[in-house]
Amino acid sequence: MAVTLDQTIAQRQHTFLSRLFSTQTFWVVIAVILACIFLSFATDAFATSKNLYNITRNITFVAIVALGMTFVIITGGIDLSVGSVLCLSSMVLAVTMHAGYSIEIGILASIATALAIGAFNGILTAYLGFPPFVVTLGMLSIARSLAMVASNNTVVFQFGPDHDKLLALGGGAWVFGIANPVLYMILLALITGFILRWTKFGRHIFAIGGNEHAATLTGVPVKQIKVAVYMISALSAGIAGIIQTGWLGAVTTNLGTGMELQVIAATVIGGANLAGGVGTAFGAIVGAALIEVIRNSLGLLGINAFWQGTFIGGAILLAVLFDRIRNFRRSD
Amino acid sequence: MQQDMGGNRLVAVLELTNISKHFGAIQAVNDVSLSIEPGQVVGLMGDNGAGKSTLVKMIAGNFHPSHGTMRMDDKELILNKPAEARQHGIEIVHQDLALCNNLTAAANVYLGRELRRGVGPFRILDYAAMYKRAGQLFAELKSETRPRDLVKQMSGGQRQAVAIARTMLSQAKIVLMDEPTAAISVRQVAEVLNLIRHLRDQGIAVVLISHRMPDVFDVADRVIVMRRGRKVADKAIASSSPEEVTGLITGAIEQVS
Repeated sequence: MAVTLDQTIAQRQHTFLSRLFSTQTFWVVIAVILACIFLSFATDAFATSKNLYNITRNITFVAIVALGMTFVIITGGIDLSVGSVLCLSSMVLAVTMHAGYSIEIGILASIATALAIGAFNGILTAYLGFPPFVVTLGMLSIARSLAMVASNNTVVFQFGPDHDKLLALGGGAWVFGIANPVLYMILLALITGFILRWTKFGRHIFAIGGNEHAATLTGVPVKQIKVAVYMISALSAGIAGIIQTGWLGAVTTNLGTGMELQVIAATVIGGANLAGGVGTAFGAIVGAALIEVIRNSLGLLGINAFWQGTFIGGAILLAVLFDRIRNFRRSD
Repeated sequence: MQQDMGGNRLVAVLELTNISKHFGAIQAVNDVSLSIEPGQVVGLMGDNGAGKSTLVKMIAGNFHPSHGTMRMDDKELILNKPAEARQHGIEIVHQDLALCNNLTAAANVYLGRELRRGVGPFRILDYAAMYKRAGQLFAELKSETRPRDLVKQMSGGQRQAVAIARTMLSQAKIVLMDEPTAAISVRQVAEVLNLIRHLRDQGIAVVLISHRMPDVFDVADRVIVMRRGRKVADKAIASSSPEEVTGLITGAIEQVS
């Protein structure tokens, strides 16, 4: 035989370039770059350091939650409760610190709350067979209501003895003048990417999204992993909530309202498939970036802000359309 | 006690004695005894509802038998779940193959038992080792499947090779194959039958559940026929014929010894 075993093993279906061009994430990156170039020429306000600082920081909150959402969406699930969980985590942090506790205890309480909610979502979905759409829709309502109960529906803007520490954590720029939330986002994206590509857990997440029945038959602990992904999603919402609290310096009970839509949009635009089995950390970030650039540019170009939803919705449909076109070509 | 054609007792890898299974009033499997020797291909045939699947699911650890005992290598075998069957060297190729289309061939072969490298809790997937071993298994199976290819782009025969390679990862003693040739093209059927012969040549016992008479007569050493939950025939392929087996399946022939 002319082909050796090593050659067969090394054989790839696509070259690096053809694989790159076939990913949705790549084309979204191109779209973001083109939009940025266009806006730099079309407006004076876009390419200023202040605006870029704003954009990068605005991307982060959606992006961090989108990283967590990516895990859930790869398994073929969905988490609609992230916006409310973000609000509740922020409120738990705010109320705890307002009562005079340290920032460490505040963050601990906030993270524990998020994890407990994630575990609740996951257990109902994995062990009791509830559709994740229904479980997390219920939690969307419950978590926001609990946030209102916790704060008596007031605005909290005094965070006790560690007030300044919290504001520095979210609002500072400790390294090279890059906003802290951006650094957290990059760190979390690297961790997410590592987990998805290099761990057994990551591999099993893709397997569940690809064929849950097959994963069960081959001994993958499907139920435990499902609980874990909902906990990760809630955790990412909790982390985003803590950072956002520090950045805003105040928490209201309408924080994160409607955020689930932006987060799911970011993951889908970035190339994740709602049917499961596909998704990347980088895609989640890029998707969040495209949404923010669209939002920012509408303002700069003087287009009425009411059009925002139309453009973001259009971007979602366009992203899915490209996916469909690729699939049509493949089935020919 | 099972005996071969010459009347000699063989060491059975798997031996079922008076196995029955009922679901409420329905008697799915009724007093079945059989034994399977290493390196033997046994065709398990019967009409829909004859009890083949129930029997296989008991061996695979999905169901507990209502009555009777299973023995493996002369030790009693009690299975509470499929993972335990696998630990005992019982591997199953499911009818739907249980493959994830979004993963590569190598990832599917190693699904649920991925290789990792590193120390302690810091262990990462060992892609190189998994590609290498999967490639070797495909070569052993004389399949053209490549470890890095995604399963969704594969032919039926290649998908079968992936599912069968999975059973060769550990030291399987017995491989149960549920209708492996039901949904693939004629050319691919020959490929799958060759895969079965490769397993047999390594001393692995294969139970081939099939509706397709030509496949069983092509590759099996022995045929077991079930009808309405009972074993109605258990004989060497050489001393049977498709006509006889058809008669046994439909009930035109009551029972042969």
